[in-house]
Amino acid sequence: MATFPFELVSPERVLFSGEATQVVVPASEGEITVLANHAPFMSALRSGVVTIDNAQRLFVRGGFADVSAAGLTVLAEQAVPLDEINAEALSGQIRNAEEDVRDAKSDEARARAQAKLDGLNAMMAAIRN
Amino acid sequence: MPSLKDLRNRIASVKATQKITKAMQMVAAAKLRRAQAAAEAARPYASKMEAVLANLAAGISGSDAPALLAGNGKDQVHLLIVCTAERGLCGAFNSSIVRLARERINSLLAAGKTVKILCVGKKGFEQLKRNYERHILEVVDLRSVKYLGYGEAEMIATKVIGLFEQGEFDVATLFYSRFRSVISQIPTAQGLIPAEIGSGEGGTKAAYEYEPDEAEILSTLLPRNIAVQIFRALLENAASEQGARMSAMDNATRNAGEMIKKQTQKYNRSRQAMITKELIEIISGAEAL
Repeated sequence: MATFPFELVSPERVLFSGEATQVVVPASEGEITVLANHAPFMSALRSGVVTIDNAQRLFVRGGFADVSAAGLTVLAEQAVPLDEINAEALSGQIRNAEEDVRDAKSDEARARAQAKLDGLNAMMAAIRN
Repeated sequence: MPSLKDLRNRIASVKATQKITKAMQMVAAAKLRRAQAAAEAARPYASKMEAVLANLAAGISGSDAPALLAGNGKDQVHLLIVCTAERGLCGAFNSSIVRLARERINSLLAAGKTVKILCVGKKGFEQLKRNYERHILEVVDLRSVKYLGYGEAEMIATKVIGLFEQGEFDVATLFYSRFRSVISQIPTAQGLIPAEIGSGEGGTKAAYEYEPDEAEILSTLLPRNIAVQIFRALLENAASEQGARMSAMDNATRNAGEMIKKQTQKYNRSRQAMITKELIEIISGAEAL
């Protein structure tokens, strides 16, 4: 099958750079699968899992997918390979975040804690599946 | 003429200083390696972001462009975000950033504009507050942060965007030091709002499909771009700081070595002179008998 260049970058590092035949991306309005020679396309992402060639799975949160003649580029605000996530550590973090939400003193702090908690919950949901 | 004991003490103290500067140099070298790797890892994201933005901005132009992209049409109040280090002893690193910012402040003030300053890092604040204290809005302290993450940049970006939306300023400029090599760091001023977009290749004007629509994507992408630019500036700064410290400490170690050499020579000479003098005294005493 034809391959196309795919790059997955987060602000902190490049997670994947190379050829892929099929990449599933959690776009804001539903998952999309990108194959070679996809029409130019651009979408915001929601929290979810990027699957590369049905093998590598990575959790991404926020960001953009950009399909152009040069291939697919995913700019994620946060991206972690699923096998690097430790379920136990994660549930600990979720508990902490829940406490932060409860203990938050100002609206601003609560909103920030809530956003963090949502991110962690999305990550948890991603590894459960 | 200092006594032998004085000389000995002086040599010992310079040696102790040399040990410290040597250690600082080695620590800076180790930290530099990490900071440099982080700065390099962040480059692809920032440049990709720029490319995507340039592509989008080419499609949207004229009056319907969002304020974060095109500015709000005014040019009266300037916000200067000055990123410096939290620690000193790194050569001219902090002062060269501050000098660049100061030049800009003076030329803006001379042109009758209002200047507001947001300091990131303690050292820049200390140098700027001497002359411009009433212009400084806020100081962001990153001393407690051990590893710079995207989160810190996002926090600063939120602050900046909040101020912009309240109409606190019209134009934002970011000051930091670009890391080119260990011996060369370039203080840089970069326009943040309105976004500084290189015309780039501008080539692929293919019919893009957007999901949701163009304006909505742009409105989430622009704040993120500001965070990314700040993040990049912070990382470049971190690498530059360590590079500057490393070469400053290298110089200090070398200077200390030279001083030790000179003092040791002086010490040996005066020791020898004393021995000779004593011998002459003994001999001439014996001859007199």
